[in-house]
Formats: sequence, C-alpha cells, structure tokens
Amino acid sequence: MELLVPEFGLVILQTIAFLLLMFLLAKFAWKPVLAAIKEREQSIDEALNKAELAKQEMIRLTAQNEGLMKEARAERDLILKEAKILKDNILHEAKAQAHNEGVKLIEKAKIEIENQKKAALAELKNQVSSLSLDIAERVLRNQLQDKVKQQELVASLLKDVELN
Amino acid sequence: MDCSHVFEFRVNRLIVVFALFLAFFSGSGAFAQTDTTHVVDEAHAEAPAKKFDIGKFALHHIADSHSWHVIGETYINLPVILYTKNGMVTFSSGDFHYDDEGKNVVERKGLRFVKLHEKIYYASANVNAHGQFVDLDEKHHAANARPLDVSLTKNACTLFLSIIVILAVFLNVANGYKKRKGKSPKGLQSWMEPIILFVRDDIAKPNLGHKYERFMPYLLTVFFFIWFNNMLGLVPFLPGGANLTGNIAVTLVLAVATFCLTVFNGNKYYWKHIFMPDVPWWMYIVMVPVELFGIFTKPIALMIRLFANITAGHILVLSLICLVFVFDSLYIAPISVAFAVFIGAIELLVAFIQAFIFTILSALFIGMAIEEHH
Repeated sequence: MELLVPEFGLVILQTIAFLLLMFLLAKFAWKPVLAAIKEREQSIDEALNKAELAKQEMIRLTAQNEGLMKEARAERDLILKEAKILKDNILHEAKAQAHNEGVKLIEKAKIEIENQKKAALAELKNQVSSLSLDIAERVLRNQLQDKVKQQELVASLLKDVELN
Repeated sequence: MDCSHVFEFRVNRLIVVFALFLAFFSGSGAFAQTDTTHVVDEAHAEAPAKKFDIGKFALHHIADSHSWHVIGETYINLPVILYTKNGMVTFSSGDFHYDDEGKNVVERKGLRFVKLHEKIYYASANVNAHGQFVDLDEKHHAANARPLDVSLTKNACTLFLSIIVILAVFLNVANGYKKRKGKSPKGLQSWMEPIILFVRDDIAKPNLGHKYERFMPYLLTVFFFIWFNNMLGLVPFLPGGANLTGNIAVTLVLAVATFCLTVFNGNKYYWKHIFMPDVPWWMYIVMVPVELFGIFTKPIALMIRLFANITAGHILVLSLICLVFVFDSLYIAPISVAFAVFIGAIELLVAFIQAFIFTILSALFIGMAIEEHH
C-alpha cells in the first residue's frame, strides 16, 4: 500500500520540475521546431503546387504547339494540292495546245506534201510526154527506115482504125 | 495492503543476501560462487530463520531512496532537505549510517530525525522493543509525525537529470532547425522529427481537431518526459535505474496536469453534457453523478495505468534476476538472464507504448472537452 501513497515532497518537486521543463521546451524547442516544420511543409506544398502548375503549362504549350503544327501541315497540304492542280492544268493546257499545234502542222505538212506531189506528178507527166514523144520519134524514125515495116505499120494502124 | 506476499516463494534452502546480488554483478562467476557459499554460511550461522524475500527485495528496489547505489558496497549519499517546524533542515543521508530501520537518530536544529523504510520521521523520545526510535501501530507502521521531505532523493535526482537530458536533446534539435532553415533534417534532428510529427499528426490532430496547436507543447512535453524516463528506468546502473515514471507521485502530477487542462478548457457543450445531458429529466439523478464521477476517473486511470505498467515491468525484471537467489544456484543464472533480457526487450516497447497511451488519452480527454457541436 505504501507504493500507492504519493510522497508529498516528490509531488512538489515533480510539479515544479515539470512546469519548468514544459515552459523551457515550449519557449525554446517546441515553438521554433513546430514553426520550422510547418514552414517547411508549406514550402514543400508550394513547390509541389508550382511544379504541378508548370506541368500543366507545359502540357498546354505542347498542345498549342501540336495545334500550330497541325494547322501548318494542313496549310502546306492545301498549298501543295493547289500547286498540283495548277501544274496539272498547265500541263493539260500545254498538252492540248501542243496537240493542236501538232495537228495544224500535220495539216500543213499534208497540204504541202499534196502540193509537192501534184507538182511532181505534173512534172512527171511533162517528162513522160516528152520522153514518149522522143521515144515515139526514135521508134518511128527507126521504123520508117524500112519500107516493109512502114507498110506493116500502116496496115496495123489501119487495122486499128477499122476496129475503132 | 502489502503486496510482498505475492512474491514469496517456498524453497528448500533459506538464504538472505543482498550483497550476493551485487557480488554476482561486480565479481567474476567463480568469485561470486565462493562468495555465495561464504555468505550463505554466515547467514546460516547468524540468522537461520531469515529467508530471501523476493517481494521485499523488489519493492525496496522500485521504491524511492535517499541514497543511490553505485556498485558493490558503494553508495552515493544524497542530500536530505526537510521543511520542519523549525524551518529548513539539510544534511547528508550518510548521517543515518545506512540505517533504514529507524535506529539511528540524527539531530539538527534541536529536532531529532530517524529514517524508516526510506521515510524520515520525527524520532520518538524513547526506544521501542526493536531498538527503533519510532512508535509502531498494530500494523507495524510508524505513527510518528513527518516533516515535509523535499530531499533530492534518487527519484528527484533522476527527475532533474532527465530534464537536463531532454533539454539538451531538444535544444539541439531546435538549433538544427535554426541552422538548416528549410532544409532536410540531420543527426539528432532527423531522429526526433518523426516522433514529433507522430505526436502532432497521430495524437494531437485526430483528437483535438483544428485547435491542436495550443496543446502541442503539453502533449510533446508529457510524451517525451514519460518516454525518456521510462527508458532511463530500464538502465540498470547509475544514471538510470530509478523508478520515476513508476512512482505514483510523478504520475499523479502528470494526471493532474491533464485534468486541469481538461477542466479549464472545457467549453459549454462539455459542461452541458455533464450537468444537462440529453436524457429525460428523471435520469439526471443517475446521469449527473456518473458524469461528475467520470471527470475524475479519467485522470485517475491515467495515473494508475502508467504507475502500474512501469512498476510491474521493474518488478518482473527484478524477480527474474532474483531467481538465482531463490534457487540459491548460479546455474539458474542463464535462464533468469535470458528471461530478463526478453522482458527487458518487451519493456523497451512498453516504455514507448505507455508514453503514447498517456499522451493520446490526454489528447482524447482534452479533445472531448473542447469539441464543438453544431
């Protein structure tokens, strides 16, 4: 039972000592320590928040960049397409023109050829007629040197006339 | 009620040796062995009827003392400070010449003092049948008057020592925060910070809500005071060994502190809950006394819990060590040491748990008193 009876002297000492300890610790330890911990926690929170904000900003910028890129690409595609159409048109026109030009040239060439042909033929006819006259003259001269043959010819000519 | 009968063991051989225990620790095994037989013989020759009383031994060791045992036969005599009828009286406890039976009278300022079971009494004029200068009542308790004893006893010394240690540790920690402002903790600081945060986040905040900051100094102080002293009490030699947190006077003061904080911070909801609970009026006859009673039982439970847990731990370790003397054999020593180590490990845990429980219950009681109802 003696164990359960508090010694009054020790109660007094403990009260004084504990209050003193609490006062000293509260003033010189707990206050600065808790303040420092709180401050550090706040700075950590702040830093994390800032990092989060920076990350979001980054995401936003990336998205923006992506958008710009897409737009630029679309524009490029459009320009390319237009250029292609233009090129095709030009090519087409050029082809058509070339074709027309070609056709015209061919036409001209044909007419020229025809003319040349006609001229050539006419000359050929002249030459042929003169040649045949020449030949005929030489033949006749040759033929007419012989009396028998002259008669024969006359006879055949007469024969022909008769047939006509 | 004397608890000592709990620890009485009936053994064949009867011994009475205090010095044996000390010899066991101070000397070598062989030395202790020879010493044992020697002392046992002596004991047999002198007082064959006396036997080793574990209960008395353990209770003596967990009680407060005016001298501090160092080793072997060496004691530090602590100063005795008394507030008497004739003013302050101080002298060394060595003046009692190791007498604890009330047989040696010390005279100061015309007053005569005797020491009986580590308590100082005004000596009686005449000696009694046992050679003591005290008047014993029928229960063998001294009936003499006592001066107010504010001596620097073993517990008081430990109290001041622990305060120095705690201050040294936490001023160092606080200094760390000043030196490394906003940086990560280092050394002692990083060792203590998780515990401070534990008290704040797991004890104060859940129980006290947003008003926790006001009570942080008390909760932290009480937690570290109990924890450090529990640990100091587990150290078996000089700077430790006192049973401070297992002393009812110490736990009484701590419990009263919690009681005062609860009562003085209690808001109108708390008092309304006690005096005008939400029950039919005729229930008040039962409810109000029960609630009033509850105000006092909570701190009393705090006081008893800490006292009983720490005291029990000390008694357990002492009893296990004493098995050597109970069986009067050194061969039992390995077993008793092994058990003592095991219990010691558990006690280390208990030292923390009891500090935690005292603090969390204090926070809970204060939290109940300051809780806002909407």
